[in-house]
Amino acid sequence: MPALCRTCLTQFDAGTRCPACASPRVMAHPELFDLSIAHMDCDAFYASVEKRDNPDLADKPVIIGGGKRGVVSTACYIARIRGVRSAMPMFKALQLCPEAVVVKGRMSVYVEVSRQVRALMEDLTPAIEPLSLDEAFLDLTGTARLHGAPPAVMLARLVQRMEQEIGITGSIGLSHNKFLAKVASDLDKPRGFSVIGAAETEDFLRDQPVRLIWGVGQAFQASLEKVGIRTFADLRRWDRKELAARFGGSGDRLWNLAWGRDHRAVTRNSRAKSISNETTFHDDTASHHLLDGHIWRLSEKVADRAKAKDIAGRVVTLKLKRANHALLSKRISLREPTQLTDKIYRTARDLLDQVSDPGPFRLLGVGISDLVPAADADSVGDLLDPGAQQRAKAERASDAIRDRFGSDAIVKGRALR
Amino acid sequence: MKISIERGTLLKAVAQAQSVVERRNTIPILANVLIEAEGDTASFRATDLDIEVVDKAAAVVERAGATTVSAVLLHEIVRKLPDGAQVKLTDDGASNRLMVEAGRSNFSLATLPREDFPVMANAEYDANFSAEAPTLRRLFDKSKFAISTEETRYYLNGVYMHVADGEDGKALRCVATDGHRLARIDAHLPSGADDMPGVIVPRKTVGELRKLLDDDEAHIAVSVSETKVRFATPNITLTSKVIDGTFPDYTRVIPVGNTRKLEVDASEFAKAVDRVATVSSERSRAVKMALDEDRLVLSVNAPDSGNAEEELAVAYGDDRLEIGFNAKYLLEIASQVDRENAVFMFNSSGDPTLMREGTDTSAVYVVMPMRV
Repeated sequence: MPALCRTCLTQFDAGTRCPACASPRVMAHPELFDLSIAHMDCDAFYASVEKRDNPDLADKPVIIGGGKRGVVSTACYIARIRGVRSAMPMFKALQLCPEAVVVKGRMSVYVEVSRQVRALMEDLTPAIEPLSLDEAFLDLTGTARLHGAPPAVMLARLVQRMEQEIGITGSIGLSHNKFLAKVASDLDKPRGFSVIGAAETEDFLRDQPVRLIWGVGQAFQASLEKVGIRTFADLRRWDRKELAARFGGSGDRLWNLAWGRDHRAVTRNSRAKSISNETTFHDDTASHHLLDGHIWRLSEKVADRAKAKDIAGRVVTLKLKRANHALLSKRISLREPTQLTDKIYRTARDLLDQVSDPGPFRLLGVGISDLVPAADADSVGDLLDPGAQQRAKAERASDAIRDRFGSDAIVKGRALR
Repeated sequence: MKISIERGTLLKAVAQAQSVVERRNTIPILANVLIEAEGDTASFRATDLDIEVVDKAAAVVERAGATTVSAVLLHEIVRKLPDGAQVKLTDDGASNRLMVEAGRSNFSLATLPREDFPVMANAEYDANFSAEAPTLRRLFDKSKFAISTEETRYYLNGVYMHVADGEDGKALRCVATDGHRLARIDAHLPSGADDMPGVIVPRKTVGELRKLLDDDEAHIAVSVSETKVRFATPNITLTSKVIDGTFPDYTRVIPVGNTRKLEVDASEFAKAVDRVATVSSERSRAVKMALDEDRLVLSVNAPDSGNAEEELAVAYGDDRLEIGFNAKYLLEIASQVDRENAVFMFNSSGDPTLMREGTDTSAVYVVMPMRV
């Protein structure tokens, strides 16, 4: 059986230890060198970055998340042993793990690290589909000759380089389609390397719960359970037409995935439909003064992302969540698409002024949608707002400064509210 | 109520009423027209609570009275009746039905009580004056294309009618802008208009007003207060609330220091712009104007669809200039020019450009350039 040493990358034929370096970190699988669709998932990404930058945290449980009201966005593996999970309310996490060090996330650093990881992946293949900052699909089909090594070796080298050059760890899932690659990367975390071959696909999935499928959340799971579908085996007992009749478009998808079939290609630009950021406050607030500061900061984040992707939005959305969790959202079409913080902020601010509900609110979000290429953005000025052009220039100038000296090099006073 | 009215007269009155009525109504009575018959006239009143139109028509009134009936239905029926027909409208006051009879056609329409019909309160007007129909027509026709549809800046959703200092003394002025272009049209100030407060006449009112202005000989009685405006002919009275907001100080928007002058035949220019814009992208519609010694090159470069270029002989004597515009904006302002050449005054490729007709400053347009 083909085998690979994940320490020294030696390829050999079966065995539990590497013949070259005697390392036990051996991956052996009949299809190891034939598979080429991979999913790379960083291990507790935000926490790993924090531990890398502050070695004092190395042996402590670390939770990334905000405030007493926030939720856990990432917990390191030490904290996970204590039962802390992502998306868990912070107070609950601290009940489970009172000695945890809670760190407020440094998004800009994570973005930077993510960019470095991305650069390493670019060395392997141009077919990369990022799902978020810390995970991506890679299609290495047809790259073996170029690299002089099969995809499995290149992937093992990728995570090795991530550890050595960037200082964070990741897990690899290797299979013959995206669905299974993503499932595989989750099997052996952290620092994992899992393979699901074509031959074993049907057996592997048979007794797995259907929640493994992306898009099968609690609600969908409940409606599946109602008709007796818990596992992939249950799903396979259904006829394709019956599934489609009962669950519409997702029925057909379920039927295919039941047999481990997934024909989606790894596409570099799965185009975003909108860009938005939101924040949950420490304390509910009705103060327009405070909300205004949040709108500015969020507009800035949205604009930064739009600028990074070279796109602009024609619709601006303001989202507010009342103390009782009721959602309120307002949107408006601009006459020309924008990617400027100033324009997004002013528009969102207008929308806030139109909200008749006095609050208090627990969450505020700002977003843009109806996205277009940046070339079409902000091309005509506003006669009635001659200052807008000046502000746009100032914004471009401060962008240049932040590019060069870091994101905190220059900020608006408004951002400090 | 029992009246008899000539079909053409009735159609005109009902047409005006049904265009004021909003298509989607949550309050049923607002879909209706109030018909009041007395003496030898029938009046047709319709409202959307912001605009009220009353149209008086000659009728043979057999029995005075009033009722309300669906404006759209009545209009559709009258429209389909043969020309020259005599139409009888009868309401017995008890059955909640209006009988519409013409020749052998009979209709019975549901009515709602007249007491429920909201009649706009009479207002005290600060200024009353008379204006000729062609004057008002020019003021509103030449400015309405620039009215904004933006929800947030609602105060731009109309034409700002006010008294201003024009070239030849005081003027009755109409201004509209959407932030991308602006139109400023002046007319001689009619006597009695001096004390008129500036008002923003809503877009829909401008559209309804236009129907009163077709007759060149007509004199329109105009009444203006801070909150309402009224335009009246002997037969039709159009009353409208005005937009409750402050129109921005447009004077600082109109460039005064633009020195680079281009003179061009407006219709040739418009046709050329229209031709090259054919290949422009649906969304941006950008057209580039390249100016050099008596030469204008219009061009469009749309990566997805193709390129276009057209050269025009013009009068231009300044330095080379390249400036981009939205084709639609150029076409709209060029189509306002009807007598003389279009004169463009440029500053730089990033500054607002001014357009007027020959040397006439009573109609001035400003348009923002576009980055190309």
